[in-house]
Amino acid sequence: MNSLSRLAAIIRKEVRQLRRDRLTFGMVVGLPIIQMLLFGYAINTDVRNLKTAVANEAGSHLSRQFVAELGKSQVASIVTYVATAAELEEQLRQGRVSIGIHLPRDFDRRVVDADRSAVQVLVDGSDPTILGVANQLRSMPVRFDSTAPEPRRVDNIEVRPYYNPERRTPVNIVPGLMGVILTMTMMLFTAVAIVRERERGNLELLINTPVSSAELMIGKVVPYILIGMLQLALILAVGEVLFNVPIRGRILDLYLAAMLFIAANLALGLVISTVAKTQFQAMQMTVFVLLPSILLSGFMFPFDGMPRFAQILGEILPNTHFIRLTRGIMLREASIVELYPAVISLATFTVAAMTLAALRFTKSLD
Amino acid sequence: MSEESKAYAIEARGLSKHFGSLVAVDHLDLRVPRGRIYGFLGPNGSGKSTTIRMLCGLLTPTEGNATVLGVDVPGDTKALKSRIGYMTQKFSLFGDMTNYENLQFIAEIYSYPRADRKNRIEDLLVRYDLADRPNQLAGTMSGGQKQRLALACAVLHKPDLLLLDEPTSAVDPQSRRDFWAKLFDLADRGTTILVSTHYMDEAERCHRLAILDRGAKVADGTPQELKANTGMHVVEVLADNPFAAQAAVSEVPSVASVTQLGVRLRILLPDSVADPVERVRRALDAAGIDATAELSAPGLEDVFVAVTLKPEQLAA
Repeated sequence: MNSLSRLAAIIRKEVRQLRRDRLTFGMVVGLPIIQMLLFGYAINTDVRNLKTAVANEAGSHLSRQFVAELGKSQVASIVTYVATAAELEEQLRQGRVSIGIHLPRDFDRRVVDADRSAVQVLVDGSDPTILGVANQLRSMPVRFDSTAPEPRRVDNIEVRPYYNPERRTPVNIVPGLMGVILTMTMMLFTAVAIVRERERGNLELLINTPVSSAELMIGKVVPYILIGMLQLALILAVGEVLFNVPIRGRILDLYLAAMLFIAANLALGLVISTVAKTQFQAMQMTVFVLLPSILLSGFMFPFDGMPRFAQILGEILPNTHFIRLTRGIMLREASIVELYPAVISLATFTVAAMTLAALRFTKSLD
Repeated sequence: MSEESKAYAIEARGLSKHFGSLVAVDHLDLRVPRGRIYGFLGPNGSGKSTTIRMLCGLLTPTEGNATVLGVDVPGDTKALKSRIGYMTQKFSLFGDMTNYENLQFIAEIYSYPRADRKNRIEDLLVRYDLADRPNQLAGTMSGGQKQRLALACAVLHKPDLLLLDEPTSAVDPQSRRDFWAKLFDLADRGTTILVSTHYMDEAERCHRLAILDRGAKVADGTPQELKANTGMHVVEVLADNPFAAQAAVSEVPSVASVTQLGVRLRILLPDSVADPVERVRRALDAAGIDATAELSAPGLEDVFVAVTLKPEQLAA
């Protein structure tokens, strides 16, 4: 009974302090919205209209026809014509264009020769996405006569983009972005909240009272779970209104997954708080976890494409599992039960981190 | 509980704490009588805070043990927490909450009877001169006000033992006097108070005190006892040029220490010396310094200097 009322007292105190901390309060609401707008509008992996330079050394009817076809495709947008391949390279190096198309002098003969490639495409490989898009150009047909019927292309493999047929980037980004935003705010808030109390000496006072470390930790974490839920609702609303991101599965499943994920991040925040001596250190450590959470979680790059070592690291991160859950529930209409491996991973992580935090916390003065 | 432990709120036996190779507290024996103000006098780093933290169970002693309010330390100190009030060296209440909210929070976590909570808080606000500012944010108050709030919070749950870790280090002299008046009031009502300080005038007010030096207790007793048993003569010299006088006196054999206080010098000589004043006068005359020298009663400052003398200073 006393334990519960002590817990309530700590939660009340946290909420009271949070209400007075305008900056934190602003971050709770502002951060998700700003990130959603930034990522939602800025990130686009389905790139079109790449700036292109053409060096047509053949100058034949066929080559001109090819260039005209190229200009009509949405992939390349021809901005300049140059005389030689060397000039193409110069354009690329200077960053004026992303793609250079080189049609050699013997273009017409090469087209009929199956062993030799007719067109050389120079790509600015410093950006992997551009490289991927430029590869689409390989499937462009070269026709000898524009009046002849379209040559029938036989595709052995047909690709059908399920769940996101229009290939809209926000549909892929938003479920993952939810994880990134929650990781950042949840972990940072808890870590800083506790380290701040230690810096200000509040903790020395509190551990001399009947408050147990479990009460203290739970009391500090509960308000942030509510904040996490609030942020989730905000992100979903923005995703729905601005980017038309669907929630195909059950919304209850989504909230259950989020609850688990928030708990995992808060536990991690608690662990950080037992290590960090200052608020600045706590922030540094948060960034240390945040970066891999963005890069190795499957948010930015496909998880399957990562080397084994990176995958193992990724499997440790809560965000990896949360992204599997959100993409599954929101886009593939999966239920949380079907996605049980991710649920188990998140739960395991939470329990392990909580245990570690509790063990370290009691010793924090000695 | 034995008769003896009833008489003492704290009994420590050979209490030691090592941090790596550093010996912060070295075999400390301590007896703090109930209902008294007991002082810890010592410079920074002499082990005062570490001892207090061991006594309330925050730190585990490397060696030795203690009995605090009948509870063994180290041991299950949970029961102790509701009977101890603790005031940290640094202001440790919540600066972004009001005085009333701070007191309310403390009342809640100590499970102070709900029905009486409001009365208790209002009573404390009055008693600690904060009644005119219950809704001021604690962080915006002056040092003296913060300290009164901290004391009010430390005594809210009516603890038997109050541990104060350099409570007056950030406070002006007037606030310090007021603060001590409150402490005497609490002691009169039966609260045992352990207070650490590095101010001589505060140490003087304690019923008993222990002097700590580099982790070890070098003396303890009432201020009167300590002053009577320094084992030293104190010769006070009044000189126009105290600097020259100090140089002259320092050469005298068996002078253990010379401390300058303005134009005065306080000179300690072992009480085995039969003619302390004459020795000092001869030295001053020989150096041609115009000064008076007289035997003086030891003050606490002299006690402190005497008990923290290094062996080589005494050997001379």
